[in-house]
Amino acid sequence: MGSFFSQLSHSWGNIGSALVITIEGTIGGAVLAFVLAFVLGLMALSRFIVVRGVARTIIEFFRGTSLYVQLFWLYFALPVLGFKISSALACAIIAFGLNFGAYGAEVVRGAINAVPRAQWEGAIALNMSPFQRMRLVILPQAWVGMIPPFNNLLIQLLKSTPLMSLVTIADLTFEAQQLRAATGQTAWSYLFLLVVYFVLAYILTLLMNALESVAKARLGRGTGLRGVFRLRPADPTGKSLGAGLTGAGTEVGPTSGGGR
Amino acid sequence: MPRIWDWDLAGQALPLLLKGFLVTLAATVVASVVAIILGLVLAMLRRTRFAGVRAPVRAFVEFVRSTPVMVQLFAVYVVFPGLSPFTIGVAVLGIHYATYMSEVYRAGIDGVPKGQWEAATALSLPRGRTWRAVILPQAIRNVLPALGNYVISMFKDTPFLAVITVHEMVFEAQTFGGDHFKYLEVFTMAAAIFLIASYPTSLLVRRLEKRLGH
Amino acid sequence: MATEPKLPDLSAVDTPPDLPSGTPMVQFDKVVKRFGDNVVLDHLDFAVQQGERVTLIGPSGSGKTTILRLLMTLEKLNDGVIYVEGQPMSHMDRGGKLVPANERYLSTVRKKIGMVFQQFNLFPNMKVLENVIEAPVHVLGVSKDEAVERAKKLLDLVGLGDRIGQHPTSLSGGQQQRVAIARALAMQPDVLLLDEVTSALDPELVADVLNVLRDIARTTSITMLIVTHEMHFARDVSNRILMFDKGRIVEEGAPDKIFSAPENDRTQTFLRAVLEER
Repeated sequence: MGSFFSQLSHSWGNIGSALVITIEGTIGGAVLAFVLAFVLGLMALSRFIVVRGVARTIIEFFRGTSLYVQLFWLYFALPVLGFKISSALACAIIAFGLNFGAYGAEVVRGAINAVPRAQWEGAIALNMSPFQRMRLVILPQAWVGMIPPFNNLLIQLLKSTPLMSLVTIADLTFEAQQLRAATGQTAWSYLFLLVVYFVLAYILTLLMNALESVAKARLGRGTGLRGVFRLRPADPTGKSLGAGLTGAGTEVGPTSGGGR
Repeated sequence: MPRIWDWDLAGQALPLLLKGFLVTLAATVVASVVAIILGLVLAMLRRTRFAGVRAPVRAFVEFVRSTPVMVQLFAVYVVFPGLSPFTIGVAVLGIHYATYMSEVYRAGIDGVPKGQWEAATALSLPRGRTWRAVILPQAIRNVLPALGNYVISMFKDTPFLAVITVHEMVFEAQTFGGDHFKYLEVFTMAAAIFLIASYPTSLLVRRLEKRLGH
Repeated sequence: MATEPKLPDLSAVDTPPDLPSGTPMVQFDKVVKRFGDNVVLDHLDFAVQQGERVTLIGPSGSGKTTILRLLMTLEKLNDGVIYVEGQPMSHMDRGGKLVPANERYLSTVRKKIGMVFQQFNLFPNMKVLENVIEAPVHVLGVSKDEAVERAKKLLDLVGLGDRIGQHPTSLSGGQQQRVAIARALAMQPDVLLLDEVTSALDPELVADVLNVLRDIARTTSITMLIVTHEMHFARDVSNRILMFDKGRIVEEGAPDKIFSAPENDRTQTFLRAVLEER
């Protein structure tokens, strides 16, 4: 174990840059997923059946196939078709963004559907345009309900980043395997790696909980500072992961956000 | 004349992919059984009166479900060199998903109305009988769709087993692609097979959910 | 709706306990129950004799339901002792000293008490017959055949003999409650607790349930402790009415006296409000 820690301190620089890469992959994927979630989610709620159909097809495709296969396809198969994505990291970010964007779209759709009908009607009665309705009334309320499932998805994303090590990206997992090779201390390296991911997951959850507190406070529904330090709520419906086709009115309420 | 999509190659690859798919299915089934049973065990352990059991179980569940399954696979693979990759794979995948399922069960058990417990007390039913005959049947019925969703999700995570050399479908795809220096056909077909398998299954789960009145 | 008294049939099989004369069936001795800072029962003293039908009335929060729940071991008291059939129930006798009862002790004494709940609480994963035979088979050790026979008789008595193979969800509220009554009686308890058993029912369904209870009161000698807002029913069935307010008994007496000439102010206000609604 002693040699593990001494090797660890030697490799601190490498671990540092590996950490940065893992974070880049996570955040990059998350941002892309976030954008796609809203685009696809709103498309899936469109009045026009063609728009809905396109969105639904894309969503079901990326939810129904494995992220692993999607990443490998982008990295190994896409070049054959003539498109070469600039870097492996970009590949990973795109794969994460597409996959988790599709799951996120269901969260967006469900949360918007969960806003009480009365709010829509109130907004219409105030003569708001559809765009104003969305921006001023519906989305602020739906947004609060989106955060716990998004938190779940974000942690899922973080837990998927080791895939990057399989396509030659020098992320934390890659670095841990280097460490293992150098020290021969197999268990410690992986244990260390797991702890790092756990800490990252907890930090992300803290941030998301803080975000949720802010969002709730703006709606007058605060839970206070204690709510920020909760561990990640569970997903007792499996919907954040499952490839289930969700029909109209899938509730993304407290159940899929986990216990509160 | 280089074609983009090589049908011959695809035809060659398909049997191998399907062979690997059988392993994928087997792994999914075994790991699911592990997860479904162990998940219930974990959920019930977390309800015990003994804080000395509750706390470590909770810590274990939180740690395992918040960390990457791929790293867990590597860790167990190198720590237990004697076991077969398939065994390690289904064990780790099963335990990992058991932690998710324990949360599902917890929600299901909490969702059984308190009055059911009180009626059982009013009839002097012993605790064991109350669990077996009253609570668990209702709890499990409540959470069947969620369990189904997690099984589908596990199915899509089986490619992780490839990194510990289990010859499931994606492993076969990678091997074939590497041998022939062409990955387009194999990965496209692998994706298609996943979709063909998971999409109808997810529709079934959705139907089950409607039937149970969710 | 059965009108002939079939239940004495079963009572013959189950002899009521032989209590030494003067021993009350149920006794609360300076019982205190707190929920947080809220004192719900404040050094409550009262007794119920064997075969008595006692109705507890009073505003919500006055502690009536808590009394039933304590007796059914659904809650633990903070101070005082509850005796059933002369033996302590909330406590065990350890060499002359009373210590709080453990679960093992409770599981032996609990069987004397049966309860019917406001929300029926039938087991939805079991059919009607299975609901009624579950406890006799698994707690009393009655053979399945015998339990089924008894269950059928009880379900006949409550007017649901033709529904034994159905699930509770396909029954109306009143029907479910009648099954719940049969289920409680199947355990042949010495004391039957009825906690606002018609409060959750549509008005039209209330009468059937009350009639079943009137039948039971008329044809058996089972001790009953009733919490209800149905004053006519209370008047018909009770030997004694206890008026509760803020965890204390403020007045008690025979139904005629309480309903016609209540002495206490609180009783008067309460009865005026409740009886005016009807």
